[in-house]
Amino acid sequence: MTLVNRTLAGLGLGVAMTIGAIAVPAFAQDETIKVGVLHSLSGTMAISETTLKDTMLFLIDEQNKKGGLLGKQLEAAVVDPASDWPLFAEKARELIEVNDVVAVFGGWTSSSRKAVLPVFEELNSILFYPVQYEGEESQRNVFYTGAAPNQQAIPAVDYLMENEGVERWVLAGTDYVYPQTTNKILEQYLKDKGVAAEDIMINYTPFGHSDWQTIVTDIKNFGSAGKKTAVVSTINGDANVPFYKELANQGIKAEDIPVVAFSVGEEELAGFDTTPLVGHLAAWNYFQSVDTPENAAFIAAWQAFMNNPDKVTNDPMEAHVIGFNLWVQAVEKAGTTDTDAVLDAIIGLETPNLTGGIATMLPNHHITKPVLIGEIQADGQFEVVSESDLVPGDAWSDFLPESKVIEADWTAPISCGNYNTETKSCGGSTAVAAQ
Amino acid sequence: MIGAAMTFSRLLATLVVLLGALLVPAHAQTADTTLSPLVDALAPGSFKDRETAIAALVATEDLRVVPLLQTLADGDLYVGKTDAKVVFITGSGATLGRIDPVTAAELGEVPKADLEKVKVNNGLRRVIRTAIGQLTLLSDDPATRRSAAQSILRDADPANLELLDSGISAEADPAILQVMQTARAVLTLKTDATLEDKTAALPLVSAIGGRDALTLLTAALANAPDELKPAIQASIDGLARDRAVWDAAQNVWYGISLGSVLLLAAIGLAITFGVMGVINMAHGEMVMLGAYTTFVVQETIRRYSPELFDYSLAIALPLAFLITALIGIAIERGIIRWLYGRALETLLATWGISLILQQSVRSIFGPTNRLVGNPSWMSGSFDLGGLSITWSRLWIVIFALVVFVTLLLVLKRTALGLQMRAVTQNRRMASAMGIRTPFVDAMTFGLGSGVAGLAGVALSQIDNVSPNLGQGYIIDSFMVVVFGGVGNLWGTFVGALTLGIANKFLEPYVGAVLGKILILVLIILFIQRRPRGLFALKGRSVEA
Repeated sequence: MTLVNRTLAGLGLGVAMTIGAIAVPAFAQDETIKVGVLHSLSGTMAISETTLKDTMLFLIDEQNKKGGLLGKQLEAAVVDPASDWPLFAEKARELIEVNDVVAVFGGWTSSSRKAVLPVFEELNSILFYPVQYEGEESQRNVFYTGAAPNQQAIPAVDYLMENEGVERWVLAGTDYVYPQTTNKILEQYLKDKGVAAEDIMINYTPFGHSDWQTIVTDIKNFGSAGKKTAVVSTINGDANVPFYKELANQGIKAEDIPVVAFSVGEEELAGFDTTPLVGHLAAWNYFQSVDTPENAAFIAAWQAFMNNPDKVTNDPMEAHVIGFNLWVQAVEKAGTTDTDAVLDAIIGLETPNLTGGIATMLPNHHITKPVLIGEIQADGQFEVVSESDLVPGDAWSDFLPESKVIEADWTAPISCGNYNTETKSCGGSTAVAAQ
Repeated sequence: MIGAAMTFSRLLATLVVLLGALLVPAHAQTADTTLSPLVDALAPGSFKDRETAIAALVATEDLRVVPLLQTLADGDLYVGKTDAKVVFITGSGATLGRIDPVTAAELGEVPKADLEKVKVNNGLRRVIRTAIGQLTLLSDDPATRRSAAQSILRDADPANLELLDSGISAEADPAILQVMQTARAVLTLKTDATLEDKTAALPLVSAIGGRDALTLLTAALANAPDELKPAIQASIDGLARDRAVWDAAQNVWYGISLGSVLLLAAIGLAITFGVMGVINMAHGEMVMLGAYTTFVVQETIRRYSPELFDYSLAIALPLAFLITALIGIAIERGIIRWLYGRALETLLATWGISLILQQSVRSIFGPTNRLVGNPSWMSGSFDLGGLSITWSRLWIVIFALVVFVTLLLVLKRTALGLQMRAVTQNRRMASAMGIRTPFVDAMTFGLGSGVAGLAGVALSQIDNVSPNLGQGYIIDSFMVVVFGGVGNLWGTFVGALTLGIANKFLEPYVGAVLGKILILVLIILFIQRRPRGLFALKGRSVEA
């Protein structure tokens, strides 16, 4: 190739790139529809989020096998925000502005969600957030496919009260926004139910806490007041393994002091031998062990996709399945991937979940879910001991005085994420978002 | 492992069946045709229905019910999806053999998909424990009677009082008699028995001692007659006083245990940081690599010779030391030696190495936690007076001491140790005396890293084995070394134990989060007063 040719080619490429940069939306949509995947693949949260990235690739692959969406193939744009909250915002911006994705599936911790909210609001894109969280939020551009506190924490406490006769409560959590808000809601709920203040013990530990000796002994001491005691654990991620190891070593049996956890799933249990923990509980909206044809088909397809027959499934994965299916339906209904059209179309859509029920997208951007209580088994799976009817997700808890009067409704005429039912007004910055 | 547990429980069940068969003449035997429908009633309905079904089974007083209930509690009882027949199963895999729980007859094999587990929860397990206690309290086997009496004691259901009385009148073994009488006393406190009966029961319950007695008495206090309340309160106070003393002792133990973990994590750093002045941010990753070595060793053992599992840690120790020491030497020779005297660059370079190591482990082993099992001799706990000591922690304390003493000996009694100390105290003079300081540097860094690898083997027993393992320890390690005095092993030892114990004494009062902050504040204040730590190194050119 001569120098002139090369220069020309370079010039041509440069021009093409410039044109491409200007005309990317039209250009990209001619080829494929891009879906953003915003999950940490490195850093602390990689332990939980990597699987969700694979789940999204799996779902997109399945959809393409079915012929894609609106006659086009879907394409995943994967970025790695590296468990770094400000980087989440940057990467979200990159996905929307540079990669031209029409919707993003991602996030795990509340901090990462809070970090990307302004980006989605500003650029008017769509985020599907698949993890159980503390509530007290509803944003126009975000769909919360994980559980709100009324879909996980409260039913779990009810179960312990009714079936185990628990009268004394330890609320143990990691020291950050999700456990603190959840425990605040639970404390109020328990007090409303007539539990005395001295029968509630609240304990917070730092992230990654590994020395649980004193706290487990405290729990044992608290449990020796002659009343049936249970632990409600919002302990996050890494700290769980040493916590459960200490419980097992100090001989706390589920029959005596059961522990119900909101952040421990099949993935977390893969890290240790669960034989001494049989009977401790977890509350989720999905368990791998749920015996339905939908779930069996999903697990088989997932394990085949990952080429690993031991790959486990978990609750946030199901949330992504539901979120993705609802989004696909909404796009088909709207006939376009345009954000405003999809936001309108998705409300009220229904899709079967994996546990034999129907997930409906509610006007407050949360979905209906059944609440399942499972007991840990010796093989690291959960045995469902209680399954509720479908519970609609409540964005603003009714058990906190300040949020009691607030509702979220993104349909006309309210179109507001924090609508005060008493003053009949829309408060806060979300009013601006609603425009 | 699960397989083994299942086989064991099945063996147990069979044993109990045999036992039951031997004992049958002494007990009521219900006709098979009566018992079978009662057994099948276990499967349908809710947990409440299952509780009723268990009560009906217990009412038959037929000993064949015992293995049945035990299997149910173990979660090994199945029901046919089509014929709704409750069965024991044998074998594993796609097809399972079925055995009739009543007649013990083989019912042939069916696909696993046709069977469903009879579900059991904590509440039911408690009911079953009591039920088995009731059924076997009058058994002829002393061990069975004993465990029956203990489970009646644990559940403390006043309905069992009559049964206990007949048990007590028939009991000859004094040890079992004592358990039964204690159980009787516990039940008496719960009933509307006369004041005299309750007063007589009180000392027996107090004699149980510890947390259990406290639980029972606090519960009894609420519905005790007014005359008895002061006596119960006095017993509670006495027990609570004992408890407070033991709790303080327990805290000291927890502090020592936490201190030993800190010591293990920091001692390698005390060598690299102390001797060489290298701020090694990749130290935590050496610990992590040691833990992953343990994982690989255990995986290999699981695959090829599971009988060696109890020795897995002993095999992992030298391997972990070797691997991390070699990696340490490679890092020193490849990167750090070019950066001597440039603390900031070293810090950044080793920080980079730590990220690279973390991500490589994440890419090779995956981001999720890896299963590192506890050998049997490291599981569970034992009581020492009012202390409860877990085996894993005890072994880690011992291990930390052994590592510490060995390192002291290496530094004081070997040629390498002598050269290391010479280099620490005066690098230039040591070099002038003919010591190859670069070689000593590499060996020292290798030794420090190797010791971190050893720490990783120990920490794999109590913490997550994940790529983030090291991060949790790096700050604490630096804290210990700086607090104890750079370059002094004794300083690290005393520093680790002090911080451990201080942490554990603060934790119950201010909580884990604030406790950690307070410790940091205290260290900052301390360093202000004594910038060189607890045991400042004295040398002619420490500063150099």
